[in-house]
Amino acid sequence: MTRGSATAPGYVPDEIMTVTAARLLADRMTCFVGIGLPSAAANLARAAHAPDLVLIYESGTIGAKPPWLPLSIGDGILAETADTVVGVPEIFNYWLQPGRIDIGFLGAAQIDRFGNINTTMIGADYAAPKARLPGAGGAPEIAASCREVIVIVRQTRRTFVDRVDFITSVGFGDGPGSRKRLGLTGAGPLKIITDLGVFEPDPATSELLLTGIYPGISVPEVNQNTGWDLQVSAALNTIAAPSAAELGALRNLLATRPATEGAAR
Amino acid sequence: MAQIVTLAAAIDSAIHDRDSVAMEGFTHLIPHAAGHEVIRQRRHDLTLIRMTPDVIYDQMIGAGCARKLVFSWGGNPGIGSLHRFRDAVEHAWPAPLELEEHSHAGMANRYVAGASGLPFAVLRGYRGTGLTAQTPNITEINCPFTGETLTAVAALRPDVAVIHAQRCDRAGNVQFWGITGVQKEAVLAARRSVVTVEEIVDVLDPRPGAVVLPSWAVSYVALVPGGAHPSYALGYTARDNDFYVAWDAISRDRERFSQWLADHVYAAGPAGTAAASPGARP
Repeated sequence: MTRGSATAPGYVPDEIMTVTAARLLADRMTCFVGIGLPSAAANLARAAHAPDLVLIYESGTIGAKPPWLPLSIGDGILAETADTVVGVPEIFNYWLQPGRIDIGFLGAAQIDRFGNINTTMIGADYAAPKARLPGAGGAPEIAASCREVIVIVRQTRRTFVDRVDFITSVGFGDGPGSRKRLGLTGAGPLKIITDLGVFEPDPATSELLLTGIYPGISVPEVNQNTGWDLQVSAALNTIAAPSAAELGALRNLLATRPATEGAAR
Repeated sequence: MAQIVTLAAAIDSAIHDRDSVAMEGFTHLIPHAAGHEVIRQRRHDLTLIRMTPDVIYDQMIGAGCARKLVFSWGGNPGIGSLHRFRDAVEHAWPAPLELEEHSHAGMANRYVAGASGLPFAVLRGYRGTGLTAQTPNITEINCPFTGETLTAVAALRPDVAVIHAQRCDRAGNVQFWGITGVQKEAVLAARRSVVTVEEIVDVLDPRPGAVVLPSWAVSYVALVPGGAHPSYALGYTARDNDFYVAWDAISRDRERFSQWLADHVYAAGPAGTAAASPGARP
């Protein structure tokens, strides 16, 4: 799908999503990341402006410093460059659950107006899904216990839905007060980064509000790709395009990965 | 004491039809060769347990080994969907597959409870999610001290745990390092265990961060160099990323999958060697 009305901007949607996410990460933050755009964003931040960002992968590697983008959360380069490697029960129980981690990064197959996430199944009947998705992984507890959550998701009417088919990970539940009632200790999804712009929860209603938009993208275009009555912030800002330095650093993370990642060294 | 035997003998002794089997390895040290041996021995109606049922369980599900899957994330890591898993869930091919679905934190704690000899574990998890309604093995519990509502998950007590490790010594003490996942808990939670190893050595010299399972806590050890392929064994073998990419196409199509199974699993001989005697080192 081609997006935006402007001429080719010199970057692809994944790149501006990744750069926009990376800019949210400050030095010395602790960050729970999965493979894909979250890992790319966290490693870009570490390469570009936050060298002391602490990367934590659910495979148990704490303080991983991969020189290129790993292919999976189990890559040897994560274990070999980590400050410490712990078992899976420990990473969830000792490190995530008590609220030690600042930022959790999540993806989504569907996300709804209250930031609830579905990665389980598409369809009306759990027992007979139209499409079976991978499932929860670490996401429910990341969404519950990280101090803040950033969601990265490509935006269409199929992904940005009024109600998710299945709640895999809780955002703001059914609105204000839900997280407190459920005993969820973190603040929830405070930034949703799509390939069109950035959403944040409305402090009064918890509904996702368009607060930032990429160069060349229009509000009607965002509206066309939102499965509910889109609310736009009065303070809508245009997000700066990725700089040459940001794009260079990101592309370098991909280009330097050796062919035999994970190899015995 | 662990018996050091061939992989075929270990699987034949440890795993029976209708058993619950946990093959663990969190994207590292995945016991693929053992999975292939289970397929070759045509085990069926297994309850397969695994946090990340990636390519190994996709193969076993497609081969008809499984009746039920207990899991927390079922994808081809870094690539996409598991097509045999999806075909079983969405179209009951080659057989219907019952699902019991958890989060990683829930599965990890279920193994911890099993390893600890407890009936359940407590965590802050699942609250507000749709997962709780799908299985009786997740329920709310009130803290007896504070009254806070928490989540209880039932212990996992698999009949058999299967893992791959870097090495063992001649007495069958097992050592593995790097990303060690939930393998220690899985072995200690299970009634029986099978460990495949890259190498059998005279002395297990210390490695940073290594887990050691004493011989008396393990049932069977088999020497299977490369037994984690296409995943990897840190310090021994590399991840074969091309295979993970290729699997997407192989597994999309039932006929192509069946042909792959015939060529690469059924036609292949049992992997590994006994190496029970000194001098049989690789």
